[in-house]
Amino acid sequence: MDLSSQLPLLLGLAWLTPLVSFVAILFFGPRMGPHGRNAAWVATAAIVTSLVLSLTAFAVWLGAYPVTAAHHGESHAAMEPSAGVTFASEVMSPAEAPGAHGAPGAHGDSHASESDHGHADAHAQPHVPVAYSGEWYTLYEGGRLKLSIGWYIDALTILMFVVVTLIATCIHIYASGYMHDELHDVTDHEVTLADGHHFHRPGRFPRFFQALSLFCFSMLGIVIAGNLAMVFVFWELVGICSWFLIGFYYERTSASTAANKAFIVNRVGDFGMLIGMMALWGALGTLQFGDSTAVGVDGLAVPRPGLFSLFRPAEMGHELHVPDGMVKASAASEVATIAADHAANPADASSEIAARIPDWRKNGYGRWLLFIAGVGIFCGCVGKSAQFPLSVWLPDAMEGPTPVSALVHSATMVAAGVYLVGRFFPVLSPDVLLVIAYTGGITLFIAATIALVANDIKRVLAYSTVSQLGYMMLALGVGGWVAGLFHLVTHAFFKSLLFLCSGSVIHACHTNDMRKMGGLLKVMPWTGYTMLVGCLAIIGAGVPFVIGLSGYYSKDSILAQALAFSQANPGHSILFYAVAGGAALTAFYMFRLWFMTFMGSPRDHHVHEHAHESPQVMVAPLVVLAVAAVVAGWSLPGGLGIANLLEQARPAGTAEGMTGGFVFGETLTFPAEHESHVGSIHVTATLTAFATALGGVLLAAAMYLWNVLSPATVATVFRPVYTFLANRWYFDELYDAVFVKPVLGIASLASAIDREIIDRFVNGIAWSARQVAGIDAWLDRHLVDGFVNSTANATWSVGLKLRDLQTGRLRQYVMFIVVGTVVLFALASMAFRVSAS
Amino acid sequence: MTPLAAVMPLFGLITEPISVAHYLVVGAVLFTSGVACMALKRNALGVLMGIELVLNGANVNFVAFASPYLQSADGRSLGLDGDVIAVFVIVLAAAEAAVALAITLNFYNNHGTVDIDQADDLKG
Repeated sequence: MDLSSQLPLLLGLAWLTPLVSFVAILFFGPRMGPHGRNAAWVATAAIVTSLVLSLTAFAVWLGAYPVTAAHHGESHAAMEPSAGVTFASEVMSPAEAPGAHGAPGAHGDSHASESDHGHADAHAQPHVPVAYSGEWYTLYEGGRLKLSIGWYIDALTILMFVVVTLIATCIHIYASGYMHDELHDVTDHEVTLADGHHFHRPGRFPRFFQALSLFCFSMLGIVIAGNLAMVFVFWELVGICSWFLIGFYYERTSASTAANKAFIVNRVGDFGMLIGMMALWGALGTLQFGDSTAVGVDGLAVPRPGLFSLFRPAEMGHELHVPDGMVKASAASEVATIAADHAANPADASSEIAARIPDWRKNGYGRWLLFIAGVGIFCGCVGKSAQFPLSVWLPDAMEGPTPVSALVHSATMVAAGVYLVGRFFPVLSPDVLLVIAYTGGITLFIAATIALVANDIKRVLAYSTVSQLGYMMLALGVGGWVAGLFHLVTHAFFKSLLFLCSGSVIHACHTNDMRKMGGLLKVMPWTGYTMLVGCLAIIGAGVPFVIGLSGYYSKDSILAQALAFSQANPGHSILFYAVAGGAALTAFYMFRLWFMTFMGSPRDHHVHEHAHESPQVMVAPLVVLAVAAVVAGWSLPGGLGIANLLEQARPAGTAEGMTGGFVFGETLTFPAEHESHVGSIHVTATLTAFATALGGVLLAAAMYLWNVLSPATVATVFRPVYTFLANRWYFDELYDAVFVKPVLGIASLASAIDREIIDRFVNGIAWSARQVAGIDAWLDRHLVDGFVNSTANATWSVGLKLRDLQTGRLRQYVMFIVVGTVVLFALASMAFRVSAS
Repeated sequence: MTPLAAVMPLFGLITEPISVAHYLVVGAVLFTSGVACMALKRNALGVLMGIELVLNGANVNFVAFASPYLQSADGRSLGLDGDVIAVFVIVLAAAEAAVALAITLNFYNNHGTVDIDQADDLKG
């Protein structure tokens, strides 16, 4: 059994286990122990199984492709393909399991010989990541359309599997403690019924874990998906799961509204994603990521290049170019002309078209299609990852139970958007990347400023998530593929940690308002110190150039890449300032949160007296995640670390950097990511990060710990700014005025038309139908019924008369017989006589 | 034709040698007597006797038609068939008498009388 069949098996099982748990809880949840208590065990067991399987896959992967320290400008010998091999040359026999086609040399046996190659010949070879792709099941195949359930597995997939299942495991365990209120009947104090009582309902413990399992299944589905259609399916599944979970307390208006808002805002983004998918499929006829082979008419294997090799073909050195299909689609009118000219001989036409494609490409045909495809896919990611301008749903999503917030904000929902941008990176053109970078930059700045003044502990974290997602997008947008995804992973750890800590605090205080907290460190030390670890991780704390928490490494690499980008493109240096400023803001609001919650004197004694440390089942995941938040960025002496692992999965041809662009200028330069590790840039970035973070922390300490600066005074001095930020830049109001109100206006107009015109018309028809029916009824009652009734009456009266004959007197009957016989005889004889005569 | 005129040929039979017609007259008389008995008697047993008379009146006819000595002018008779039917009718009469007497007995047990005018429970 080689890797090409082992990995899909392991990860496929890891992917499906939560689905099994979902189905089991769906059907048997309420019967699992008292109030469905054991549903938590089922779901946790499933996700732990997934974690074990993912770790096994990870170990298998490491065994085959050991992670070594990245050598700048070089590729890993372990991943070196044999020179110039195209996938067509290693066509598999059908008996073999569907296996690796993603990369030449990915084959287990061919790999074994390659891993012995030294670095000697590695320098000349371009970097090609190892990837396995294939299909489990084809849903539909007809014409050009092929929908299948498949896999695309590379180092990124495996890393995401480990991260998602690890965090989900912690959250499952935590939630089994956090959700214990749902084990008995719940009186919801936030829902007041018309009669003035609070809403009372049975607990929904199994329902929560059921949705949690489905959520994990959906997210893993996105990660393992082998084609864009499958990504979209699970994309929507993630959306519906978030809807279930954000609206878990659906009796609360705020919760159900937030759930709807999240769902609808995401649909806006998904519309763009659909357009992107249509652009890709319409022009290229495939949505597969990896290459595959199909059986042609002559029974021979025909290569079917996937999206990645269409956009970055191996024979062109994996450089991004506009695929033939897109050029042809753009030059549709020319193609039609040629086809008309050669109507008699289609073969001539296709050869002439093929000959002219390079010309067309040079003239810029298909560039817009490439741009639209990239931006379209990114639109979906904007919605999912809550980027500007679709960021409004994420803070409202805080209405869900805190474990859900932790899951949504770290490993699942919002990670999906960044993950897809990362997965789709080879297809994104420089212009699209610039759009992504600016979207990320705007998002990170806006969200960070709002987080400065938020008082709801979960909202601060929510805006911090939005801001950090902006970081990731920006990193990807300036060409920092590893930096962005590295930050995704480290952020997943410390953000889930922060959320679970905040959940622990809320659990203890029964309020989200930080103004009522304070001095909690003595009461709940475990939560306090683990949260401190999370805060330090998110601001990227560390001793410069020596060691730091996970965020130190990932944020540094983002800053370095942004700096390298702004040096290469001085016109876009604002992106670097956004990142650096954002780092300071992050440090400020995170420590503002921590100081307000855990330090100082209790502000509300009622809350403080009732506060208590959370049970062990909730503290244990915090510790696990805190450890992960500290060490996730580290590399072991041999080079084993997340960044180097990601380096293995770096899309082919993206290591060299990119130049060009046509929408935003030809001079756009994306520096190669390893260049940002060069001394000058690296030192500047690290020192900037350290200085900004330190400044933020000191300011926060001055205002909330040492009380040198009164927050109230600051708020008064900057009154307009404060009001602006406290109202979240008036985004909700703006959208309300621009989108919601007009839509509601149109809706009420439509309903008025409906009521006044269509209803009138329909009612008129109904009225005339009633009149006709009245006539009909009269006819029925008087003519038809009259006839039937009179027949019945006649029969009845005849029957009454005949009854008199039935006297019951035997002798009379005999007389009747006799007389009757005589009469009959007489009649018969008369008749005989008549006929005889 | 007056009723008397219709009956007149019967008187002619007195002078005729015995033939089927004589038997038919006897059968008719028996039959009529039976019918009259059924129609007029109030006693259930009397009615049963009337039934026997009616049946036997018919039997006389069958036997007469079956007799080889009383052939019709064209020499045809029912032969043994008539005798068989007559025997069958006797069996039938016996069975019927058994059932009818049982009914009568029950009726008597219930009503304390055998007056059939009292037996009008089934009147409409």
